[in-house]
Amino acid sequence: MRDRKSSYRPMHAAGRSGAWGDRVARVLITGSAMLAIVSLILIFIFIGKEALPIFTSAEIQEEANIRNLFLPQSAGGGAAAEYTWQPVSELPKYSILPLLVGTLKVTIIASLIAIPLAVLAALYTAEFAPTWARETVKPAIELLAGIPSVVVGFFCLMVLADWLQGAFGWTFRLNAMTAGIGLSLAVIPIVYTVCEDAFSSVPQAYRDGSVAMGASSWQTASRVVLPAAMPGVLAACVLGFGRAIGETMIVLMASGNAAILSWLPTDSIRTFSATIAAELGEVVVGSPHYHVLFFIGAFLFVITFAINLFGHWWVGRLQKKLQGAS
Amino acid sequence: MADRTRLVGGAFQSLCILACVLIILMLAVILGDIVVHGLGTVTFSFLTKAPETGMTGGGIFPAIFGTFALVVLMTIAVIPLGVATAIYMHEYAPKRSRVVQMVRLAIQNLAGVPAIVFGLFGLGFFIEFIGRGMDRVFYGGELVYGQPAIVWAALTMALLTMPTVVVATEEALRAIPQSYREVAYSLGATRWQMIRCVVLPQAIGGILTGGILAVSRGSGEVAPVMFTGAAYFLPELPARLNSQFMELGYHVYVMTTQSPDVEATKPILYATVLVLLALTFLLNFSAIMIRAQIRKRLRHGR
Repeated sequence: MRDRKSSYRPMHAAGRSGAWGDRVARVLITGSAMLAIVSLILIFIFIGKEALPIFTSAEIQEEANIRNLFLPQSAGGGAAAEYTWQPVSELPKYSILPLLVGTLKVTIIASLIAIPLAVLAALYTAEFAPTWARETVKPAIELLAGIPSVVVGFFCLMVLADWLQGAFGWTFRLNAMTAGIGLSLAVIPIVYTVCEDAFSSVPQAYRDGSVAMGASSWQTASRVVLPAAMPGVLAACVLGFGRAIGETMIVLMASGNAAILSWLPTDSIRTFSATIAAELGEVVVGSPHYHVLFFIGAFLFVITFAINLFGHWWVGRLQKKLQGAS
Repeated sequence: MADRTRLVGGAFQSLCILACVLIILMLAVILGDIVVHGLGTVTFSFLTKAPETGMTGGGIFPAIFGTFALVVLMTIAVIPLGVATAIYMHEYAPKRSRVVQMVRLAIQNLAGVPAIVFGLFGLGFFIEFIGRGMDRVFYGGELVYGQPAIVWAALTMALLTMPTVVVATEEALRAIPQSYREVAYSLGATRWQMIRCVVLPQAIGGILTGGILAVSRGSGEVAPVMFTGAAYFLPELPARLNSQFMELGYHVYVMTTQSPDVEATKPILYATVLVLLALTFLLNFSAIMIRAQIRKRLRHGR
């Protein structure tokens, strides 16, 4: 249909003004469409540009270079070398390892909570749910997606933290668990949506065939639909992980923001995103600290970009496969 | 054997139902807590007065006004860009062309970029590069636009919300029967005339959905505006494009984390959160409603 479009072009009817308007509109519209690509490139350039001095400027490298970002650093005076994030002190220390561990810890906790809930909920709405239940769960998830993350952060900080500490007696009121539970609320909608799409793109013939063989509805769901949609479910997990890594306000408010190098889920943590949010406001533009924060931003950007690229490519592949099969 | 199958099946289904119930429960607990604690403080004067006595009294009018101004500016930028992108992908470019795939990929990735990275970009590009550049060229180096300002915050937010508008508009474009376009062409319309007179009026619902969702997202996000224009407290409302402004979400953040007296701030804090939540829910709800209408037409209209 589309290829024939050129033959639709009118020869004379619209007159000169029509032809002119058409040309201007085409240029403007095409230009706007390119903006999405251009802005993505600009983001990369402008964040990369501010991160670059860590690799190139001798002056900046005296304080912050790729070695002391990743390796332990001694506080001087014979003290043992440690992984410490202490950018504002007499001898600034920029080890990003505690931040990396904190980010991974909270992201993993959030994923472990969100993924099972979201996948099962999506399977239920796609396979078993009566209409009324589907019409309840779907808008609820959309509402959940619509809650601003600062509100979730507020709730975790003011209410959830007290409940959890009261129930489990944790040493730190704000810790990776509290933030992880909050963060899972931000992850559930995206995992649910991608999974739901994957389940409903499984051809009906698969289900019919399974039921005709005498399988019950849960056997069909767990042994036919779930395996067929598995790549979509995996993509959903990956995309959810990507969402969790970059989320800022929830972890900024509920994680305690202490850069401790520990794998204990009940210790306070400081994540990449929260570090940027908390420190960029007070930093001197052009200082080593400023460039390190942009380096962290560039790191976040590259990771989430790779995750998204992979996730969407994977989803597209699955859809093509299932469409071919139906 | 059959009993065991039924048992496992029942357990599996219950597990799925449990997951749904848990999710809804979490939503209900958050909403319930905020409504119960916030409702008493949301009065007319709370909505129309400025904060007083170090945020422990008064209202939140400047934050409401700032958020409103922010999303208006953002909408002016994001709607034309988002709609044009969707129209390009659906009406201009050949369907499976490389360019469309690239644009789509860019949109999908833009949607996945963390909000805080947009904040960094706003600071590095809009303020340090464009703003400083404008100051050098037009104002002889005087600091006018090279600092956090509402216009930079709005543009940053527009980039963040663009994917929302594109996706919603595209869905609406798909719902327009191909025959409408063919009729327009057969009457001698140019492509732009066809788009202006047939496609755009038909797609208005989708554009509206996208716009509302973008506004809802934009009024709740904090991370992108933290360094690009939002201020802790301002005695005056933003009057110019380069003014700083107060924002509801940012107001919640600073009151929660930097209040000198948390207990005294609590009622106001809850009320602010309730206002923010009510605003975003109202917007989301209307968008969902409009979209349901479009989807119904998509199913039956063909």
